[in-house]
Amino acid sequence: MRRPILTLAAVAALVAAACGGGTATPTTAPASSAPSSAPTTAASSAASPGASPAASAGTSAAPSASGSASNPYPTGDYGTISPLKPAVDLSKVGGAGEGELDIIIWGGYAEDGTNVKEYDWVHPFTDETGCKVNTKVGNTSDEMVTLLRQGSTYDGVSASGDATLRLIANGDVTAIDPTTMPGMGDVAPYLINAPHYVVDGKYYGTPHGWGGNTLLYRSDMVTPAPTSWNVVFDPTAAQPYAGKITAYDSPIYIADAALYLKAHNPELGITDPYELTQPQFDAAVNLLKQQRPWVGKYWSLFSDEIDNFKNGTTIVGTTWPYQFNALKAGGTPVGQVVPTEGMTGWADTWMLSSKAAHPNCMLKWMAWMLTPEVQTQVAEYFGEAPANPKACKYLDATYASYGFKNFCDEFGVNDPSFYNSVAFWKTPLADCAGGGGTCVDYSVWSQKWTEIKG
Amino acid sequence: MRGRLLAFIYRHRSLQLLLLLVPPAGWFGVVYLGSLAVLFVAAFWSLDPLTSAIRHELTLRNFQQLVTDGVYRVVALRTIGIAAIVTVTDVLLAFPLAYYMARYARPRTRAILFVLVLLPLWSSYLVRVYAWRVILAQGGPLEWGLAQVGIPGVAIYPSDLAIPIVFSYIWLPYMILPIYAGLERIPGSLLEASGDLGARPGTTFRRVVLPLVFPAVVAGSIFTFSLTLGDYITPVLVSNSQFIGNVVFDSQGVAGNVPFAAAFAMVPVLVMALYLIVARRLGAFDAL
Repeated sequence: MRRPILTLAAVAALVAAACGGGTATPTTAPASSAPSSAPTTAASSAASPGASPAASAGTSAAPSASGSASNPYPTGDYGTISPLKPAVDLSKVGGAGEGELDIIIWGGYAEDGTNVKEYDWVHPFTDETGCKVNTKVGNTSDEMVTLLRQGSTYDGVSASGDATLRLIANGDVTAIDPTTMPGMGDVAPYLINAPHYVVDGKYYGTPHGWGGNTLLYRSDMVTPAPTSWNVVFDPTAAQPYAGKITAYDSPIYIADAALYLKAHNPELGITDPYELTQPQFDAAVNLLKQQRPWVGKYWSLFSDEIDNFKNGTTIVGTTWPYQFNALKAGGTPVGQVVPTEGMTGWADTWMLSSKAAHPNCMLKWMAWMLTPEVQTQVAEYFGEAPANPKACKYLDATYASYGFKNFCDEFGVNDPSFYNSVAFWKTPLADCAGGGGTCVDYSVWSQKWTEIKG
Repeated sequence: MRGRLLAFIYRHRSLQLLLLLVPPAGWFGVVYLGSLAVLFVAAFWSLDPLTSAIRHELTLRNFQQLVTDGVYRVVALRTIGIAAIVTVTDVLLAFPLAYYMARYARPRTRAILFVLVLLPLWSSYLVRVYAWRVILAQGGPLEWGLAQVGIPGVAIYPSDLAIPIVFSYIWLPYMILPIYAGLERIPGSLLEASGDLGARPGTTFRRVVLPLVFPAVVAGSIFTFSLTLGDYITPVLVSNSQFIGNVVFDSQGVAGNVPFAAAFAMVPVLVMALYLIVARRLGAFDAL
């Protein structure tokens, strides 16, 4: 649904890192000081690098994904990151390896040094387990679901929340035993029982990483700094930026409109932006149709959004933290904020196919991907929050070529309220995810998205 | 034994022809026509709204939706309209150059022009689209240049106008080459005869050159029109508008609705079939 072509990412990031190389070292507002109603904003400008606080959580209106329960599962120890040698005994995970592993991934989730040589968590895995890794990149959540259902071709998948429940409901993936999965005890407390992969107390996989879709703006052109999504949705507030607004080019963006309506049109009674009744859904679609003429350019490749913010084609709209960091490092005056209404986001999970031909290799891969060392490489390479906060030890020290100082604060890893302000992507289902009633399902979302764009 | 076999083949001309044509014809028949047939059948299937599984029963629902839902009409007309604009633009741009190359340029100049026309085809399609994006974007050379002469604030990227501009550039070589070939085939003696009989240059062009080269123009237009009709990358990169290909891609990839994608993909197939029938009437294939 969102993953771009990683080679572009690598190039963009390398350029960004080369240009910006560590000049901007923002400090972060501690989570506890973030008030519950007014968001803290992050604004960086070329003129004053280093003066910017990072985005921090702005709302406590948080559903789902419970917080601080203790985590009873096995924890891991530190190993070394260069050479990559996590302190985990993979021979004890699952049974004997089958020598092969076939997985469906988001582009960039299994980097073997081909795109950027410093990042390789595939070859060391094969060296240690003897499992040769074959990957198939899925471009969208729907494509991943289709691929996995093809039969016993694949052993596992890095599924986003808008695919996981579909896979679980259809029996495409199988539960794992968290008590035998090393590193499960290190998973961030807000993720350990998250409903997008834990169903009826069963764990359908291991968390990989997550991120939120924040509001990005050119701090030299959008003043005062926005605190609400109204700069892209409200006719009055958006008027100054008409023609310069950007939006994410995917049906799932309808949830962003629903999230806005949830806060501003309480009479609609929206509780979950992914479970919309027909009137609620129509209101969100109308909001997006109204927004359509103000949109300068929809983005689907994140490198496009970076380009468009650099040259001023678009100056305000939704983003992943990655683009903000890349633009900031490249010297473009941009700010990022978690708006008062909250935000949408993604959380990905490694899941084991119920028809896997190499289940032991897949279990070993899951344990491998949870180690702080591999999580460090993944988080930095892709630009998302690691599921295992132990990775922060390496990440905050600026691990590799395009590392950011204070990575874990920038990406909200240590701030449960940041996580809780995220309405994570999930599949809109006709039965309102079992909540009773009738909701608009995803196929209608995608049809309407075509109609919105015209 | 081997000699006898070869001799046998040598004596039977029709067998030679058969052996030569079976591989390409088989490929064409199975892979190309086969997939077209599958596409055609899939267009009559439908998607189960609950399980998102494909229902293999014939129904006209997809076509009904195509006709009744206004957005698909808009997308189809936009695609066809822009393909037509691109074709006309390319004819107007290509004709003078091809005429110069065929009738006036010395062999050396002609060779250089050929290389220049073909040179863009050596680079990646994406590179050329991105190059145009830079030219048309805010702060790009075009905006800067126009601002210098007192017309500020012209940024064509992103907009619908950018689509035909980029397409016209990208497909231009495919128009120049057929027109050049058509013009080159006209014997100089014909033009001289026309002049001897008292026709002015304008009349000669209108009544001798144009009718003779027209099939070549139509042949070139098949390239520019069909290539534009089937493209879906340029619209995404330079505008917010959707082409037929974008809706097909989204229906298939994002929504997993292969039957609807197949139904909509039939539209350009039908348009091209009509186009080719008309082109045949106009004699585009006579010179083949």
